[in-house]
Amino acid sequence: MTDISTGAFERIRTGLPSSPGEARLAQAWRGWQLLRASPAALTGLAIILALLLVALFAPQLAPETPYGQALDRQLVPPSWDHPFGTDEFGRDVLSRVINGARYTLYIVVLVAVIAAPVGLLVGASSGYLGGWIDTLFMRITDIALAFPRLILALAFVTAFGPGLNNAIIAIALTGWPPYVRIARAEALTMRKSDYIAAVELMGASRLRIILVHVVPLCLPSLFVRMTLDMAGVILIAAGLGFLGLGAQPPAAEWGVMLSNGKEYLLSGWWVATFPGLAIFFVCMGFNLLGDGLRDILDPRHEA
Amino acid sequence: MDNGMTQAPLSVAGLGVEFSDFRAVRDVSFDVRHGESFGLVGESGSGKSTILRAIGGLAPISHGTVRFRGEPVRATRSRAFRRAVQMVFQDPYGSLHPRQTVERQLSEPIRILGLDDRMDRIRQAIEQVGLNASFLYRFPHQLSGGQRQRIAIARALLVQPEILLLDEPTSALDVSVQAEVLNLLMDLRETRGLTYLFVSHDLAVVGAMCERILVMRNGEAVELLTGDQMRSGRVSTDYARQLLRASEGYQPGITRREAG
Repeated sequence: MTDISTGAFERIRTGLPSSPGEARLAQAWRGWQLLRASPAALTGLAIILALLLVALFAPQLAPETPYGQALDRQLVPPSWDHPFGTDEFGRDVLSRVINGARYTLYIVVLVAVIAAPVGLLVGASSGYLGGWIDTLFMRITDIALAFPRLILALAFVTAFGPGLNNAIIAIALTGWPPYVRIARAEALTMRKSDYIAAVELMGASRLRIILVHVVPLCLPSLFVRMTLDMAGVILIAAGLGFLGLGAQPPAAEWGVMLSNGKEYLLSGWWVATFPGLAIFFVCMGFNLLGDGLRDILDPRHEA
Repeated sequence: MDNGMTQAPLSVAGLGVEFSDFRAVRDVSFDVRHGESFGLVGESGSGKSTILRAIGGLAPISHGTVRFRGEPVRATRSRAFRRAVQMVFQDPYGSLHPRQTVERQLSEPIRILGLDDRMDRIRQAIEQVGLNASFLYRFPHQLSGGQRQRIAIARALLVQPEILLLDEPTSALDVSVQAEVLNLLMDLRETRGLTYLFVSHDLAVVGAMCERILVMRNGEAVELLTGDQMRSGRVSTDYARQLLRASEGYQPGITRREAG
């Protein structure tokens, strides 16, 4: 039994796998080897993993409930009891920052799940099919790109009404055009390639060519762009929260916390500083990971 | 099946291919007989590859007709055509999907045509081209040029075609590997009774591989030769003679005399 598993490990490590599963693992192993070589990307990965774990185990990690008010301990500076201090309602800032990770993850995941597939499908079809479909899709994309993102998100939120979910929809609605551009650029480079011609010759349908052959090649650059975009998404979400158009108080969302904390910046710097630092680190984590992934996933790296 | 024996499985009549304002192929006609290897030869830009692509449906047929088993092909090729006619491309680095394993690429024709016994067919095909099952789960970047071209040939053979369109299948390979792949193609033709339409700029290769050869220049047919004529240099047009002489290698003075 051990022989079989070490054999499999050896095959994965050397890149000579003997089943589809092993082939995927071998790819992952190669990616990990490259990622391991880049300290910056590893730092980014560590931060994102920390965000995931903190969000997942927030109730267990937080010393107190994020919403428990205690008016007898307003604006207590950081101490052993409250490492990040307490806010104007006596709520433990550490607990609120930990719970804020959940909002951030929720926003990031939902925006990615809504915007990326739309951008990917529109861009890949546009680039591969060409003709009037391409023209139509790209003009729509150009129009969407012409609006400054935050302003457009503001307009959407104003139209739909403030709230976290509306903020997410607004960010996603303004987030897809760059993905269209990227997927289209990738699709254009492979449109006339022989490996696409080969499957066309076999009589593959256009849908099959786009989904099975074009889309997987668009994924790496899309994935890199998505990771790099996440920092911007978090900032916009926090910005909307700060302006009172995103998550609403008393939600322990980092932008909302910043907004509340700004009133006490002189008397209680910790109220705004710690959520601000959390935003900073998570954005930096996504940027570092994105840069690292760009080095690894760029298809032009392999001959 | 008798039908295929008596009439040309593939015939081209008055074929013209135009790309916007450029005429890549002009009024080319030929028949490919059952079981023969028919060569198209000419310098780059002579339209020989474009003819292959037009037959396969990858380039537009602007004029004339391409007949498959006597029937003119339609813009969307029939299922019978897809199964009977397959293509091997020039550049083995560009003809395999860079992010699919060999097994995935070989599955594709089977899935598209909805055939059964997928793994059996794949194993059979990969062994036919002189590789083994250990290559199945590798990615193209883990293979050499010759191995890639063998995979591309295996992919073309998977649906058990009658006709292979070979677009300079060895010109991107090292000389030693070229010979291996050419031998493989000759063996396959013999054992499986395939018909080849073989495009090359290399007269030696075409002379060795083909029974009949059409010399092309600037999108037009210049001369139809037999393999014997080509090998012995008995050609009647100036251009074919020039091409033959050029293939013997660089000799100072020839071009100057030719021009004068």
